[in-house]
Amino acid sequence: MSNSTHVARRVSVLGPGLAVLCVLLALIAFLSVTLGSRSIGLPEVLRALGSMDTDGSINSTVTLELRVPRTLLGILVGAALGVAGAILQGVTRNPLADAGIMGINSGAAVFVVFAITVLGVRGAAVYVWFAFAGAIAALVLVYAIASLGREGATPIKLALAGAAVTAGLVSVTTGIVMTNVDALNELRFWQVGSLAGRYAPILTGVAPFLILGLIASLGFGRALNGLALGEDVARGLGQQVTRTRAAAFAVVAVLAGAATAACGPIVFVGLVVPHLARIICGPDYRWILPYSMLLAPIVLLLADVLGRVVAAPDELQVGVVLGVLGAPAFVGIVRYGRLSEV
Amino acid sequence: MAATASTAPQAATAGAFRTTRRRRAARLLAVTCSLAVAVSALFVLTMMVGSFQLSAEEVIASVLYLRDDPSVDFVVRGLRLPTAASALAVGLALGAAGTIFQQLLRNPLASPDFVGINTGAGLAAVTGIVLLQAGGLAVSALALGGAVVAALLMYVLAWRDGVAGYRFILIGIGVALFFDGLIGYMLTKAQLSDARQAMHWLTGSVGQAEAGELRLLLGALILLLPTAVLLQRQLRALELGDDTARALGTRTELSRGGLLATAVVLTALAVAVAGPIIFVALIAGPIANRLLGPATGGIIPAALVGATLLLTADLVAVHLLPTPLPTGVVTGAVGAPYLLWLLATTNRQGAGG
Repeated sequence: MSNSTHVARRVSVLGPGLAVLCVLLALIAFLSVTLGSRSIGLPEVLRALGSMDTDGSINSTVTLELRVPRTLLGILVGAALGVAGAILQGVTRNPLADAGIMGINSGAAVFVVFAITVLGVRGAAVYVWFAFAGAIAALVLVYAIASLGREGATPIKLALAGAAVTAGLVSVTTGIVMTNVDALNELRFWQVGSLAGRYAPILTGVAPFLILGLIASLGFGRALNGLALGEDVARGLGQQVTRTRAAAFAVVAVLAGAATAACGPIVFVGLVVPHLARIICGPDYRWILPYSMLLAPIVLLLADVLGRVVAAPDELQVGVVLGVLGAPAFVGIVRYGRLSEV
Repeated sequence: MAATASTAPQAATAGAFRTTRRRRAARLLAVTCSLAVAVSALFVLTMMVGSFQLSAEEVIASVLYLRDDPSVDFVVRGLRLPTAASALAVGLALGAAGTIFQQLLRNPLASPDFVGINTGAGLAAVTGIVLLQAGGLAVSALALGGAVVAALLMYVLAWRDGVAGYRFILIGIGVALFFDGLIGYMLTKAQLSDARQAMHWLTGSVGQAEAGELRLLLGALILLLPTAVLLQRQLRALELGDDTARALGTRTELSRGGLLATAVVLTALAVAVAGPIIFVALIAGPIANRLLGPATGGIIPAALVGATLLLTADLVAVHLLPTPLPTGVVTGAVGAPYLLWLLATTNRQGAGG
């Protein structure tokens, strides 16, 4: 009885909360299109958005060909990293698990370095596909090693295999980069993690993967709740634990792989936002996943806009803004919030 | 009658218990001894190879002041011993600190690399290099201060009626990301030459050790490793969970604080000596646990694994690669494949966890 009223209250609070976040995201997306290092009047932005066609003026070109794709990419990549982080933390049952420690970023970096040094290719548009392939290859390797043996891919083995693969790949990348100045110079800019300079071609390249992955990810809420109770309980509840884990990893590979490929590693979003969602929603993944999906792009776009406005006409990288402003906010929330563990 | 019927199985259980305990102790001893032998062999080997080849006998004689041969003494004691000793000491310190963190926070990923202590040291050192044009001893001192400040900051922020492991990890993530953001900002705003020097320091290398820092670290190891082992009993009780440990009579906050302080001091000194060498602290504990089998959690074996990793990495970095690289570049490549192999093989026997 009390349980059902609790659930009812939760739905009545958390449901409208999602709507509020949607409005907030729309507001910040609007800000992201209107604000920037080049000051463009609001009427002009609205006219450009209304006609959806560049009339040849610089202002409408900047709005439609630079700011709109950048904003859309920010929304998709943010949502993907947030959800991927939440799923990884759920599957490995580890609050430190994210795309960085599970080998995704380092796998992508190794393939990008390979493309630069061995194949001699250049340019963000080419790196996307190498990074995507590298991220997926690394995650497949982690899962394959962790699932050797009788019990399959247990959380602790997944975490350790991820950390070990990351360690090995980071060594390979640094080793090559330290002896090849040319590669260092290219990788330095890829590795910052930024929404800048990633426009329409990259957006249209990765968008299908991100959208499909996001839709698929929402179906994992119940399964992750089961895994959170422990493997034996989940199995007792009739869940096919191995299949769930493999499917979750496949979705994470697509989401985090495509996101990292498009924007480089952005650590904060995948690691911190799921914890924020958990503090708001409690331990239920059916709420944590959609909240992560909306909170992450809000945080990412807000940091991106701030980085553009604060240092205008220069830009401050998203990673720097998130670290300097976002991390203290997160520490404050953790300190005074009500925590429910992974 | 009833009494004898119940004592017989009890005696059998007690016997089995004793046998497992004895087998565990034997394995712990065997693994620790073989690791110690491996570390000593690597330590001597590091000083033998180079442009001037020496025999093991010559090296040992020179280090122990048994023979007087000025040219050998100069190469061994003057050039090679400082690097070898710093690889040994930093490896021992990082291995021990890593496994203490992992057990204290009950999380295999919770090494000092990821919960903010190394990044605190890194920020202080990078700030010194970029803004104050500091070098050598000043950078080491700044790194030491940065690590201690970061650890204190996390402890104060995570304190709320005691320090819960889970909150400590989350606060650690936040603190690490904050310092990381500032390091990124520093590096983008710095002159290119300063940035390169900072990047080199951030990679970490045992060759850059300062004699003063190294002596301090060696002293701390002699003092703190036995302390940590003595606190091991409390650590074991903590592994069962805070409530159980309290019920067993462990003063959780005190022993947790003591162990944390030990691990933080070891990490801070190691970072001051060699820079933030990544992955040694993360990998040493899990490798030691898999070698030990059922008797997991030994601090000394983990420390010895850390020393083995770092000595091997130094050998590979300096002698096997076409161009000499900082040690921090190689540590992951040396340790990671071994951990993956251990994960794969112990699991096939159904013994891994």
